[in-house]
Amino acid sequence: MSVATASEPSLAASPPGATGSRRGYGRYVLNRVAAAFGMLVFVLITNFFLFRILPGDPARSFGRGRFTTQEQIDEFNETYGFGQPIGEQFVTYIKNILTGDLGLSVSTRAPVAELIADRIWPTLLLVGTSTVLAALIGVWLGVNQAWRRGSRFDKSTTMGTLTLYSMPEWWLGMVFIATLASGLGPLPRLFPTGGLRSPGVDPTSIAGAFDVAWHLALPILTLTLAYLADYSLIMRSSLLDEVGEDYLTTARAKGLRDVEVRNRHAVRNAMLPTTTLVALNLGFVVTGAITIETVFSIEGLGLLAVEGLRGPDFWLLQGTFLVASAGVILANLIANLLYGLLDPRVRT
Amino acid sequence: MSNQAPLSPGQLARARRQAAWQRGWKSFRSHRSGIVGLSILGFFVAMALLAPVLTDPDGLSLTRAPGGVLEPPSSTYWLGTDDSGRPIVTLLMYGARVSLLVGLLATAISMIIGTLVGLVSGYSEGWTGRILMRFTEWFLVIPFLPLAIVLASVLGASLVNIALVIGITSWPATALLIRSQTLSIKERPYLERARVLGTSRWHQISKHILPNVMPMVFANTTLTVAIAILAETTLSFLGLGDPTSVSWGTMLEGAYGVGAITTGSWWYFIPPGVCVVLVVLSFTLIGQALEEVLNPRLKSRR
Repeated sequence: MSVATASEPSLAASPPGATGSRRGYGRYVLNRVAAAFGMLVFVLITNFFLFRILPGDPARSFGRGRFTTQEQIDEFNETYGFGQPIGEQFVTYIKNILTGDLGLSVSTRAPVAELIADRIWPTLLLVGTSTVLAALIGVWLGVNQAWRRGSRFDKSTTMGTLTLYSMPEWWLGMVFIATLASGLGPLPRLFPTGGLRSPGVDPTSIAGAFDVAWHLALPILTLTLAYLADYSLIMRSSLLDEVGEDYLTTARAKGLRDVEVRNRHAVRNAMLPTTTLVALNLGFVVTGAITIETVFSIEGLGLLAVEGLRGPDFWLLQGTFLVASAGVILANLIANLLYGLLDPRVRT
Repeated sequence: MSNQAPLSPGQLARARRQAAWQRGWKSFRSHRSGIVGLSILGFFVAMALLAPVLTDPDGLSLTRAPGGVLEPPSSTYWLGTDDSGRPIVTLLMYGARVSLLVGLLATAISMIIGTLVGLVSGYSEGWTGRILMRFTEWFLVIPFLPLAIVLASVLGASLVNIALVIGITSWPATALLIRSQTLSIKERPYLERARVLGTSRWHQISKHILPNVMPMVFANTTLTVAIAILAETTLSFLGLGDPTSVSWGTMLEGAYGVGAITTGSWWYFIPPGVCVVLVVLSFTLIGQALEEVLNPRLKSRR
């Protein structure tokens, strides 16, 4: 427990019962980690049964006609535990996952774990950049909307974010491709219509980095706009909860300028829900990327899941589903730990 | 003094309920965005209902389609035709039926599960409540789209299955909301009175707690419909929709498939998207207005 608390210097700043709150945070961390572990077990069980309620013979549905001889089918059943009692099957399944064996992709015949490791970087780059941009712009927008609520700025931008919120983000991507990339009518072709890099460009050189940035500009713009709607709406509503609180009147009475009242007092309290949302959303990396990667044909995890769908390639689906869920659980844990650090009241 | 006969308890309750409805409607009317949302929704409902009256049934047929391939908008075909020569306007009108139907069906499923789980987990103390709560939290972290994709490919593509998939993946948020409401209502004096009088659990839940959480369920429903319609569009776009019926999502899938985006056939993919945005926006606006009418804490801050 002491290991967990030693790395939290900010807690020393909370004066009332500093030692008590330290121990409180340690226990809170343990509780949260245990809860996350429980969730992981739940996801593993769900994943196990989800792919075993599939109709038909697993060697056929997973293998999709790859196996021609009886020996091949027997070997498949041996490795992945089909044909054993359900309890033993589960043990085999867990053992395979712990050793990093997520099965073989039927269409490419490559190990699913390798495919996922290859494809995760474009997704992280795309979703990570968009999240950071969206959080910065979204928070700024939400704060200004709430602080000047009812103004023309508030009304027009809130309507704008609500419209963005109601939009399938991949459709927005399609509109961007049609207008900015494929040159609708008189419009010039400013951006590539898809992909991650131009053929023949070395991705490790500076020109290559610019090339990737040029290819990712539209997808990042699309995802940023989609996330931004979420963040600014939640920031606006949580700051509106603070507006009119007594401590703000006190701060004003002390003679603080309006900007100081806003930034030092109101926003600090209203940041909590937004921080949690950003951390949580990072976990939905794969979910957010599925449609955008499809529309822009970026070879990331999301497109991998869609490729799994086309077969259907159940090993691929199972693997991406597992990675997607694990990401959410991890992000959930980080969000909870962060929240406990920022707001001692939730450590119960 | 009135000379009316005294009202029976039932009549009294009904009169009070009617007054509450009227108050609520009056308050809702003062939200301009809510009224705008209601009008947009009304337009699309009319469009869905009148589809068979206003359009030629041949417009949906792949073999007897009246127009040419990907014709641009003209006076005959206001929004052009798709890659099989079917008029886009006809497809949009029939698509409205599917989107609204799947949206409402999925919401009904999600609401029933969410309300039941929320009520029981909030009301019962001890193991039942705790396990249900954990279960809800677990479901909340399972990423929606991957689970929906897996379920849809396991169950197969049909309208009811799509609604089912969206329903079973979207109930946890409702359950958490209903649970927190139930927890706060449970502590109120009139429930203590009911407990002291020895009423059954069922009576307490159905006669006291449920009527009090209903407004929240109602406001949440409209927001869930918005999410369900978006989900239907996305699943159809990914090729998991019902291949035998036309929805806005399958139209967009078709437009993407024939490359309408890069060839400049904007009339094929812009209108369905605009329809989705308008319908989802209308439900969101109505839901927000309802929330402000029904949640007194939010009322003061407009």
